[in-house]
Amino acid sequence: MSRYFTDEHEWVEVEGDTATVGITDYAQEQLGDIVFVEVPEVGTELEQGDDAAVVESVKAASDVYAAVSGEVIEVNEALEDEPGLVNSSAEEDGWFFRLTLSDKEELEELMDEKAYKAFVDGL
Amino acid sequence: MNMLSEGRPTKQEENLTMPTQDAITTHTGNRALMVDEPLIFETGSPDRSGVDLPDAPEVESRLGGLDRKAPIGVPGLSEAEMVRHYTRLSRQNYAIDVGLFPLGSCTMKHNPRLNEKMARLKGFADIHPMQPMESVQGALELIHELAEWLKLLTGMPAVAMSPKAGAHGELCGILAIRSALEARGDAREVILVPESAHGTNPATAAFAGYKVEDIPANSNGRVDLEALKARLGPDVAGVMITNPNTCGLFEPDMKAISDAVHAAGGLVYCDGANFNAIVGKVRPGDLGVDAMHINLHKTFSTPHGGGGPGSGPVVFSEALAPFAPLPIVEKMDNGHFHLIEEETAEEHHSSSFGRMVAFHGQMGMFTRALTYMLSHGADGLKQVSEDAVLNANYILRSLDDILEAPFGKSGPCMHEALFSDKGFTNGLGTLDLAKGMIDEGYHPMTMYFPLVVHGAMLVEPTETESKAAIDQFVGAFRSVAERAKAGDELLKSAPHFAPRHRLDETQAARKPALVWTEPEDFAEAAE
Repeated sequence: MSRYFTDEHEWVEVEGDTATVGITDYAQEQLGDIVFVEVPEVGTELEQGDDAAVVESVKAASDVYAAVSGEVIEVNEALEDEPGLVNSSAEEDGWFFRLTLSDKEELEELMDEKAYKAFVDGL
Repeated sequence: MNMLSEGRPTKQEENLTMPTQDAITTHTGNRALMVDEPLIFETGSPDRSGVDLPDAPEVESRLGGLDRKAPIGVPGLSEAEMVRHYTRLSRQNYAIDVGLFPLGSCTMKHNPRLNEKMARLKGFADIHPMQPMESVQGALELIHELAEWLKLLTGMPAVAMSPKAGAHGELCGILAIRSALEARGDAREVILVPESAHGTNPATAAFAGYKVEDIPANSNGRVDLEALKARLGPDVAGVMITNPNTCGLFEPDMKAISDAVHAAGGLVYCDGANFNAIVGKVRPGDLGVDAMHINLHKTFSTPHGGGGPGSGPVVFSEALAPFAPLPIVEKMDNGHFHLIEEETAEEHHSSSFGRMVAFHGQMGMFTRALTYMLSHGADGLKQVSEDAVLNANYILRSLDDILEAPFGKSGPCMHEALFSDKGFTNGLGTLDLAKGMIDEGYHPMTMYFPLVVHGAMLVEPTETESKAAIDQFVGAFRSVAERAKAGDELLKSAPHFAPRHRLDETQAARKPALVWTEPEDFAEAAE
């Protein structure tokens, strides 16, 4: 199991061919209180870089991009009633969706935890 | 003789103790004119009524068992109580007639009262859109005259007067672009929208069926010309650019952008919402723009923001003019005015893409906008944009020593000054400064937009504010900004002097109470 990060502040946790995607703790802190999350429908085929989800906070609405390509197999339905999970547990319980990776090589373009931390410190 | 003042002192006693305001409570909970107004349902009671209706006659019901069984639930109030309820609520409003409005022309600039007088003239106000054309020649002439002014000010050859607001105008412009491309057999799929554009632009393009792609802003807050050029191609229908943009900056590469888009076979839409800053100075037609909406309610001072309907005429280039929507007012050789509609469109305007509205647009707004133009004249309109820009720059330079102005170094701004929340301490942010401004007696500025600036604060004073009024505003802004930088804990719970204190916006957005529900012990509602 390994975790990757993007410069758009998403995390991708990979286990076999399955990836779980969410936004980072840094992202939730910047966005402020999250009031609404729109996740993709199960079965959606996402290409890397596509708009995958929408997250709305008291400050702004932001798109969440697909960090990797694949077919959405599961979404976090708890976010519908409790979008605050993204604030309280961005990198665990506040995950957005799971997909089956269609191109594992895309992971190589992403950052590891250390590189992401350095990236955030530089902002 | 001491008759008149007997038992009624005419001057204040000396050495009175004055307690702090917080120490005083009142029986009602009100504080003089600051009334804690309940909801109208909580005020009402079934034993009161503002109207005296005769008893309904006994008739045979033909409702087939669908008669209402439960009380209708309308609050019972006398006429005076109802008038007072709404008047009290209205006194808690902040409005342009109460003070400086830093949201500027984006929401509401001053509406000269002369406009209102003219809009109420019977010949403009008491007419019907289906009256015979010969009986409304004055109104048609006014629409035609205003159209000519808009064409002159923008340097564009055609205009559609009917769109009813900014976003409606955007849709009108994009539909014209779609029609023109389809007419040449080259339907394209993508509309490019820079980050510095208004939020409605991508929404409009998507609504019109296009795929929307972002173009990044450069470090000066302008469109990245090279990134735009790199993306152009045979699939790009056009671009939507806001100029001056949402960072309050003029796009100096506008002509180069238009040329590049045209060379790639696309068309240029310009969001004219910020035209207030360049009226009489810049003609969008000279910049290669193909379509642009003009918010009469922003630039030409017609009421807006709860005060009246918007109006968003769209000007067109030669390339798009044939596709403009109906109706069009035309001046005939005999000096009469004629409304070109479907019946006569074939010979005059056969490529029109259709209609945006049932009739001709917002007559009342046309009257106000033309009044504004004629009362200012060409020189006056030029001064309007000069003063709007001067006032915004005065604010930018009065505060850029205490607040970071991200694009302040790239030169003067246009009609609005942009600051970030850099340097605020103790977890304070833009929201806290905004709430502090409420305590100072001001409506807060636009905040957290544009997204390209952290904790953005966008201030647009407009041209109507005097130097004294702006100095007072700057003084208040500076004082709250100093508190935010010093980490003043009290800002976190501001506003303290408003009828309601800090609201739980998160809870309001997550679990909004959209319907009033009657408490269990509530009196029976009026039947």
